[in-house]
Amino acid sequence: MRFITLCVRTLAVSESNFISAAEHAGETFVLNLGPQHPATHGVLRVKLTMDGEYITRAEPVPGYIHRMHEKMGENRNYAQFLPNTSRIDYLSAMHYTHAFVGVVERAAKLEVPPRAEYIRVITSELNRISSHLVWFGAFLLDLGGFTPLLYAFDDREKILDLLEGITGSRLTYCYYRFGGVCNDIDDEFIRGTRAFLEEMRPRLKLYRELVTDNIILRKRLIDIGPISAELCRKYGATGPVIRGAGVPYDVRRSEPYSVYPELDFVVPTHAEGDCMARYLVRMEEMGQSLRIIEQALDRLPEGPVLGKAPKTVKLPPGDYCYAVEAARGRFMVRVISDGKEIPYRVKLRAPSFSNLSLFEEASQGMMLPDALAVMGSLDLVIPDIDR
Amino acid sequence: MKHSPRQIIDGFWSLLTGMRITLGQFFKPTVTVQYPHESLKMPTRFRGHIVFVRDPETGKSLCIACKACEKACPSDCIVVDGIKREGEKRKSVTDFKLDFTKCSLCGSCVEVCPTDALEFSRAYNLASVSKEQFHCIDLVKRLEQE
Amino acid sequence: MNLPEPFRLLVFLLGTMAFVGANAAYLVWVERKGAGRFQRRTGPTEVGYAGLLQPIADAIKLMSKQLILPPGVDATLFRLAPLLVLAPAMMCFATIPFSETLVPRNINVGLVMVFSFGSIHVMAIMLGGWASRNKYAIISAARIVSQNVAYEIPMLLVVITLLMVTGTMNLHEIVQQQAGGFWNWNFFRLAANPLMPVTFIIFYICMLAETNRAPFDMAEAESELVAGAFTEYAGMGFGVFFMAEYANVVIGCSLATVLFFGGWQSPIGVLPGLFWFLLKLYLLVFSVIWVRWTFPRTQFYGLLNLSWKILIPLSLFILLLTSAVMKLF
Repeated sequence: MRFITLCVRTLAVSESNFISAAEHAGETFVLNLGPQHPATHGVLRVKLTMDGEYITRAEPVPGYIHRMHEKMGENRNYAQFLPNTSRIDYLSAMHYTHAFVGVVERAAKLEVPPRAEYIRVITSELNRISSHLVWFGAFLLDLGGFTPLLYAFDDREKILDLLEGITGSRLTYCYYRFGGVCNDIDDEFIRGTRAFLEEMRPRLKLYRELVTDNIILRKRLIDIGPISAELCRKYGATGPVIRGAGVPYDVRRSEPYSVYPELDFVVPTHAEGDCMARYLVRMEEMGQSLRIIEQALDRLPEGPVLGKAPKTVKLPPGDYCYAVEAARGRFMVRVISDGKEIPYRVKLRAPSFSNLSLFEEASQGMMLPDALAVMGSLDLVIPDIDR
Repeated sequence: MKHSPRQIIDGFWSLLTGMRITLGQFFKPTVTVQYPHESLKMPTRFRGHIVFVRDPETGKSLCIACKACEKACPSDCIVVDGIKREGEKRKSVTDFKLDFTKCSLCGSCVEVCPTDALEFSRAYNLASVSKEQFHCIDLVKRLEQE
Repeated sequence: MNLPEPFRLLVFLLGTMAFVGANAAYLVWVERKGAGRFQRRTGPTEVGYAGLLQPIADAIKLMSKQLILPPGVDATLFRLAPLLVLAPAMMCFATIPFSETLVPRNINVGLVMVFSFGSIHVMAIMLGGWASRNKYAIISAARIVSQNVAYEIPMLLVVITLLMVTGTMNLHEIVQQQAGGFWNWNFFRLAANPLMPVTFIIFYICMLAETNRAPFDMAEAESELVAGAFTEYAGMGFGVFFMAEYANVVIGCSLATVLFFGGWQSPIGVLPGLFWFLLKLYLLVFSVIWVRWTFPRTQFYGLLNLSWKILIPLSLFILLLTSAVMKLF
């Protein structure tokens, strides 16, 4: 691989991905991965310092899609900020809305009817499956497999149809309200969800046979990009990344919220910490989400779906937090209120940002395709990083 | 890494399994919808941009120009104006403009409306050569024209 | 063929060019349709019946585009590379026997000629990557060279094994030897080489790697290297690389047909030879498409490991086995 460096050094041109004069003299060269690159799935830029095809340094440069969600939160009242929350991580919009309504409910001590809580769990878990399906497809695309993407999107389409039927949107649902959810679910949704559960199990088997057991994929993932529990702690990585390092940290279990304590599910962990471990954690989570939905549908109580909430929400002065397990890890909203209609400060703790920040250390000395496999296995959503 | 013959055969077998699965999918019917030629049924709760609900009795809008939607809108895209005509108990709307370039279709206005005067339209083929067309959707005019 | 030699050559030249062009255009269509079916989509449907005019529309679009020369590139090499990729691919067709009578040039060392011309496109793609002065292109160029060096060896070892069985390098004669029922095809000649199917699989894998098809499309690797060596090419420059890729796939599959599946020989003795040749050829091409739309891409070093640690020892073993069998029986 010295050959590549040698080639790069022999040709001296400047500018971005053309070869610069400084690189001509040096031992390494800089490769801009992004902001437009097929593997970053969005406008993330990673500045790679390469020695041949080996990465000596990978420096993520986020910020290309920064939309000031936190600042927007400080300029509008609580109800007006609600639509924003589905747009931070558009792939797991339900969880993000859940965290925000959760913090307001916790601070204002609002009652949520049990039916609404169960509906929240059902829709959240459906959303988690659809998010993992997008990851599955995009990850395989990073690894050069095209067909699983389309199969995953076929399944995801069914979830989107179900959620569109009750919320009216396909991606930015904005379905939860302070004190409940805005629409009740109908029989059609329940029937559709049960049918989906039936369809999804054989599909997971198909994915296992087509993708997980495939020797090419196993060679590409096993022992690639080990991320230790230590590294996860250092950078605050959560979600499937830390569970793939063998730490059974799941907000649904460690800081229980909603009706998750009543439901029976396993937090899948794999101790290896390599790309395959993270892959398997997510695939098993889909199966667990199916179990959760099934139980929640069986126990779904009757009753109202929207509790009493004041017309304009005002939180008593104080500092409030609420965390949920989003598809990519721990998402937390922290609101500091000074008693007014508008929050004093909104802090959004997004999982993708922490997960990205360990990439620099984890990708040391790796080859380019392996580094991209690691990046894919972190399941980054760029708007979630930049907020 | 050592390659035992067993591993090689297993690996090769996994490749054949994958090929069997894709060939199985090859002969199954397609799942896509050829959009301009056929389209899907729209869900009843579809969120398009907002339009006025027609009062079945008077044929006019139910809006009382209370400006609740204007206040609720997170993006300030609604401008409402109304007057109180003589002989009427409530105000009636004279001007209702929606800046659709800013609207994020969150539906806060529909939820907050005390008289249920707003609903979501089913328009999704929204395209134009100039953005002026969406700067200002006049709901009052729209209701009259329908 | 009673035409005078110069006319005959001209006819075959034009025929080959038309064949390569038509193949490139319509294999793209087949690939897109096939990919669509594998992914439960329909593929192109709009232009013409079942999208049959789509390749022509694409070709017109590519030809009407400007050939952009990025600043600082080596203009001569940059322009030369697409030609150097396509021309040898066309040359390879000169010795391939499409049927008993339909063979442009019946050369004694046909097999050697196909392999020597088949190796030139590697150099041409490398030149293209080098001339582009793009980092992605250079990484791709380096990859393609080491990939092809690694895969020529097992491929040639496999071919030597076959040559020991056939005893000739004339493709026409190789096919003639396989006459009379499918059990005479080299693929089923287990008496001479009990591992013949394995030999074919090695040949097939090497063919995929040589032509840079998925899962070995290291040079293009769009999720890693954007478009690899072709990143800076626009319009027909890119189109020619594409044509060459499909031409190489067709050559690889025709060679496999000739060497293993009896070329134009019919398994049941009906219908003309050309039909059987094309049928076998396109079934193999379909399998190449099928493989592409099933597997993820291999790692670069995984690919080299596969070649050096599995395929080369295995093909050497087969070579030894075949020679032992031939000596003993």
